Amino acid sequence: MIGHINHHKNQITALAGLLIVIGFVLGTLGNENLQNIALIIATIISSVPIFIKAIQAIRMKAFSIDLLVSIAILGALYIGEYTESSVVTFLFLFGDYLEMRTLEKTRSSLRELVDMAPQEAVVLREGGNSEKVAIEKVEVGDRIIIRPGGKIPVDGSIISGKASINEATITGESIPASKTVDDKVFSGTILDTGYIEIVAERVGDDTTFAKVIELVEEAQESKSKAEKFLDKFAGIYTPAVVVLAIVVYLFTQDLHLAITFLVIACPGALVIGAPVSNVAGIGNGARNGVLIKGGEIMDKFSKVDTLVFDKTGTLTKGKPEVTDIHTFNRLDEEFLLGLVAKAEMISEHHLGQTIVKAAQNRGIDLASMEQSDGEVIKGNGIKAQVNGHSIIAGNRKLLQSEKISLVKAVEQYAVGREKQGNTAIFIVIDGKIAGMISIADQIREDAYKALAQMRENGIKKIVMLTGDNKHTAKAVATALELDEFHAELLPEQKVNYVKELKNSGHTVAMAGDGVNDAPAIATADIGLAMGEGGTDISMETADVVLMADKLMQFSHAYLLSKVTIRNMKQNIFIAVGVVAILLIGVLMGSVHLASGMFIHEASVLVVILNAMRLIRFNHKNMHSSKRLESVPAKA
Amino acid sequence: MKKAVYQLEPLTCPSCIKKIETTLTKTAGIDSVKVLFNSSKVKTEFDESMVESNNIQETLQKLGYPVLSVKTS
Repeated sequence: MIGHINHHKNQITALAGLLIVIGFVLGTLGNENLQNIALIIATIISSVPIFIKAIQAIRMKAFSIDLLVSIAILGALYIGEYTESSVVTFLFLFGDYLEMRTLEKTRSSLRELVDMAPQEAVVLREGGNSEKVAIEKVEVGDRIIIRPGGKIPVDGSIISGKASINEATITGESIPASKTVDDKVFSGTILDTGYIEIVAERVGDDTTFAKVIELVEEAQESKSKAEKFLDKFAGIYTPAVVVLAIVVYLFTQDLHLAITFLVIACPGALVIGAPVSNVAGIGNGARNGVLIKGGEIMDKFSKVDTLVFDKTGTLTKGKPEVTDIHTFNRLDEEFLLGLVAKAEMISEHHLGQTIVKAAQNRGIDLASMEQSDGEVIKGNGIKAQVNGHSIIAGNRKLLQSEKISLVKAVEQYAVGREKQGNTAIFIVIDGKIAGMISIADQIREDAYKALAQMRENGIKKIVMLTGDNKHTAKAVATALELDEFHAELLPEQKVNYVKELKNSGHTVAMAGDGVNDAPAIATADIGLAMGEGGTDISMETADVVLMADKLMQFSHAYLLSKVTIRNMKQNIFIAVGVVAILLIGVLMGSVHLASGMFIHEASVLVVILNAMRLIRFNHKNMHSSKRLESVPAKA
Repeated sequence: MKKAVYQLEPLTCPSCIKKIETTLTKTAGIDSVKVLFNSSKVKTEFDESMVESNNIQETLQKLGYPVLSVKTS
């Protein structure tokens, strides 16, 4: 029965509205009795759902707004104010309806994510048959086929095929990532073009996608101090209003005034104002690949004035890349790269592997070349015979020991590259200097812009802490115009440094890659994990997780926290202001029951609409194009 | 100990949280109850020898909150 009434609340509201209109029409036609009857019926039918809620709440020993309104309705009926009683009940129900619709909107960013959850998977059975199964039936170790336009159903690794995959659901990054054998794919992401077979590694609630959803849900529930205070306040405030209304009645003997007071003082906008801002703000973050774990963190994040960064993998990409191939004697670039890469295939060193990868990326066929007499000279380079050419690739020391003299032009070029932060590798073919390959761990393309934006938005000091050498650290610090850098630090020294900053009165956010920086991240006021989007450790230890490798997400999150907190303050201000003005108006006799209810419901809608602005809040320039100089890869 | 998550229709009033939490906490066999207001979910942990997931679902429906889906683990 109760469920039935709740189910038809919208129809009840519409019917009550219609009856009120009919009542007024009858009234203007001069038939006052019929008007009253229509208004009384409207009051009765629309008050049923309100009474039910009020009674249910009393049973739970909770004072709810419904209770205040119920008392007011009964009072208004008692003194024969049928117009007011019907309008108040109608407005209350209608307001409730609008509230529900708009509240849904503030929750929509998360809902959209949840709706992206995959429902089924195509599993490859033994014997080559494929079978469509519900997502719950997929087990670890199953082989799954994904075709273009299909959703990746579970977390796993690619075992065959290649594809470009849109990972926006996880990372907020809408440019598709190309993936191939051995790459990890995530549940909820969408295969754009291509075809892959994967083996399931994490299923059900263990997938990154499921964890992200759970984290965001928990975050939206976790309340900030202001919210907790408001909750407590509302708990005392509501019964206090009832008492005050009685006091007003005892003093003035004016039941009408007492009832009006009761309705006007409802704490609606106050209770809902702060949480909606947080829900909308956290939802916005989630959709842009930033997980902010709760209202408290949002609040603290907005107060951060000092940023501390780890270098490798945070400010830089953490992956050395070939930044330049220079040839002397008009030699073909690819010819040189191919020979060196083939020779480097025997090397375990990451610089060597970087060269091999660069050649593979350019589609150079290394398999058809022949290599012999390979020798690794530890710390200096390699020597080998490739396709009948003798190849030497290495540093100055290796050239010296091989008695190959450096021409001035070559030396000059090398120094130039090194000054820009590269590691220069000299290439010798058949006893002659033939070229030079430069390798560097590049600064993230969006780093400069992201840091500049955050400075604009209130960051006063940016510090880099790194275990890397001073020379490299300096190159990064100079390129990014950092305020301070400290090199050659151990993890515990990083922790001490963060502590020092905190003790000297700064509110510190520390960003690192989540694993070796975990202690420093935990020490800072706000810990951010990035570069490892979606690993369990980073998701657990950090307060804020950046799901894609983007510093612009950091900047977005920082501004988002400021905007969210400002939005919340506006809402509290609106709510308190409206109640205060209304109360004064009531006591001065210029605000009446129906008009007061209207303003009251309107204020609730205003705070929700205000919070909804946060859903669409977006940094326009999430992607930057400015390229920066590079720094040497750690040898 | 079993876990169950109930997806409800959108919750709108913060007082609903209290209503659901107090009622379920009083039910024998239910160990913990958490109402997620914004995602309209109820998370429970219960002893399956004393209470069944279906009973909990009935209680929620009786309180006036239709259950859209249940996930047990």
